[in-house]
Amino acid sequence: MPFCSASREADPAVSIPAIRIAALTKRYGALQALAGVDLEIHQGEFFGLLGPNGAGKTTLISALAGLVRPDGGTLEVMGYDVVSAYRKARRALGVVPQELVFDPFFSVRELLRIQSGYFGIRGNDDWIDEILASLDLTAKAGVNMRALSGGMKRRVLVAQALVHRPPVIVLDEPTAGVDVELRQGLWAFVRKLNRDGHTIVLTTHYLEEAETLCGRIAMLKAGRVVALDSTANLLQRFATHSLRVRLERPQAGVELGGVADGEGWVAFGFDAYAEVEALLARLREAAAGVHEIRLGEPDLERVFVEVMQRA
Amino acid sequence: MHESPFTGFRTLLYKEVLRFWKVSFQTVMAPVLNALLFLLIFSHVLDRHVTVYGDIAYTSFLVPGLVMMSLLQNAFANSSSSLIQSKITGNIIFVLLPPLSYHQFYAAYVLAAVARGLFVGCGVLLVALPFVELSFAQPLWILTFAVLGGAILGSLGVIAGIWADKFDQLAGFQNFLILPLTMLSGVFYSIHSLPQLWQDVSHANPFFFMIDGFRYGFFGQSDVSPWLSLAVVGVSFVLLAALTLAMLARGYKLRA
Repeated sequence: MPFCSASREADPAVSIPAIRIAALTKRYGALQALAGVDLEIHQGEFFGLLGPNGAGKTTLISALAGLVRPDGGTLEVMGYDVVSAYRKARRALGVVPQELVFDPFFSVRELLRIQSGYFGIRGNDDWIDEILASLDLTAKAGVNMRALSGGMKRRVLVAQALVHRPPVIVLDEPTAGVDVELRQGLWAFVRKLNRDGHTIVLTTHYLEEAETLCGRIAMLKAGRVVALDSTANLLQRFATHSLRVRLERPQAGVELGGVADGEGWVAFGFDAYAEVEALLARLREAAAGVHEIRLGEPDLERVFVEVMQRA
Repeated sequence: MHESPFTGFRTLLYKEVLRFWKVSFQTVMAPVLNALLFLLIFSHVLDRHVTVYGDIAYTSFLVPGLVMMSLLQNAFANSSSSLIQSKITGNIIFVLLPPLSYHQFYAAYVLAAVARGLFVGCGVLLVALPFVELSFAQPLWILTFAVLGGAILGSLGVIAGIWADKFDQLAGFQNFLILPLTMLSGVFYSIHSLPQLWQDVSHANPFFFMIDGFRYGFFGQSDVSPWLSLAVVGVSFVLLAALTLAMLARGYKLRA
C-alpha cells in the first residue's frame, strides 16, 4: 500500500506544487530570520534545504507547519494556504522534528493511535502496523516511550509524521546524532517513501547525504535563498574537479599554479577532464617527477562553501 | 479507517483524561486522602462546638466545601501541568501540528480538567459519606456549580500553563493566587461568622460564589442567593473562556 493518500497529483490536469512559498518574511526582534523567501517544490521531489546555523531553515519549516506565524508572504502545501486553509494544509504535511521529543505517558502504539486521532482518523491500526513493520518497531509497539533508545525514539517520530499518510514530508535534520546503522536504515526508508510518491523535504548539515539523496537543493543564508538548482547543476556550476599529484619536485608544480601541502602533494583545479592530459604534459616538461596521481570529484561541500562565500 | 472532523477534539480529550488516569495515584487518590485528613482533623476539633445555618453540624457543612476545593484545585492542576510539561519537554508540537482548531484545543483541555475535578470531587464525597449526614437538597445546583467551577479553574490552568515558561512560575500562580483564593472562599467557615469588612472582601472573591452555590445544592441554604452565585460564576466563566480563546487564537507563546 502506498504511504501517501490520494493527492491532487492524481489529476493530470492539475499541476500544483507540493510547496509554494512566496515573499516570506519573519522577524524576531532585531533578527530578520526570513527576508523574502520564494520557493517552489514540485510533487514527488526529493528536495534539500541547506544552510549554516541561523540561516532560517527551521523557521521556514516551522512557518510551513503553522508553528510560526510569518510577518508577510504566503505559504501553500499542496495548493492549500497554511493560514486560511490550515486544516487541509496540515493534513497534507508530515513533519519529523529536529528535537527528540516524546510523550512519556504512552506506549508507541498508543501514541500513534492518538496522533491518528488528532488528524481525524480512527481505526487506523492496519496502517499503524504497516508503519511499525517498515520502521522495525513492531516488537516495541507496547513499550512505553521512556524505555526506548534514542534511535528508536527517532523512528517513532518518523512514524508519527506518517500516520495520516501525508503526501509531503519534511525531515528537519533527522540524522543529527544518529548512528550509522540507523542512518542508513532511515535513508532506505525515506527513499522508498519518495519512490511511493511522497515529496520529501530534507534539511541536514551532512552535505554528503544531501548530495546523494536530493534531486534539487536550495541554500539559505541570512533568511534568503542564495542558490536554487538541481544537485547536478550546482555541482557543475560551482565546484571544480581536482587533480592531486605527488611530485619529486613539488616546487615545479607550484610554479605551474598548483597548491602544495608540504608533504609532496600538489593540488590543481580543473573544469573538464580534457585539461588533465595538458596539465600532466606541462609537469613532464617541467621535470616535476610525477610519482602518484589522484582525481577528486566535485562535491557539495565545496559548492556550499563557495556559495556561502559569494553570497 | 474512519475520518471525522470531531475525532481530533475527541482524541485530545481522551488523551488528556488518559494522561491523568495513568497516574491516578497522584492525580486522584492523593487529593482525596488530603481532603480526608482535613475532614478528620477539623471534624474532631470543631464538630461539637460549631453549628452552621442553625442546626447543621460543622462536619456536614465542611464536606461540600472540601469537595469543591479539591475539585477546583485539581481542575487547575490538570490543564496547567499538562500544558507546561508538554511545552518544556517539547511534545506540545504533536498537538500543534495537526489540524485542530483553537476552539477544539480549549474545549479538550478544559473538559479534561472538569473530568479530573469531578473524579476527585466524587472521591472526596465518597470517603466523607461514612463520617457525616449529608443531604442533597438541590442536585442540579450541585452539578451546575461543580461543572462551572471545574471549567473556570480548567481555563485558568490553560492560561497559566501557556503563560508560564518554567515550573517555578506555575507554582507561583498556584500558590499565590489559586490556593489563597480557594482557602479564603468559605471552605472552612460561613462568611456570616466573619467581621463585616471580611464579609465584603469575600464578596470580591469569585471562588466564594462557586463554593457557596455548590453548598446550596446540598443544604438548600447558603450565605448569598444561589442565583447571585450562578450569575457571578457564569460571568466569570464566560470572561475567562473569552480570554483563553483570545490567547489561543493569537497563538500566544504557542505559535511564535
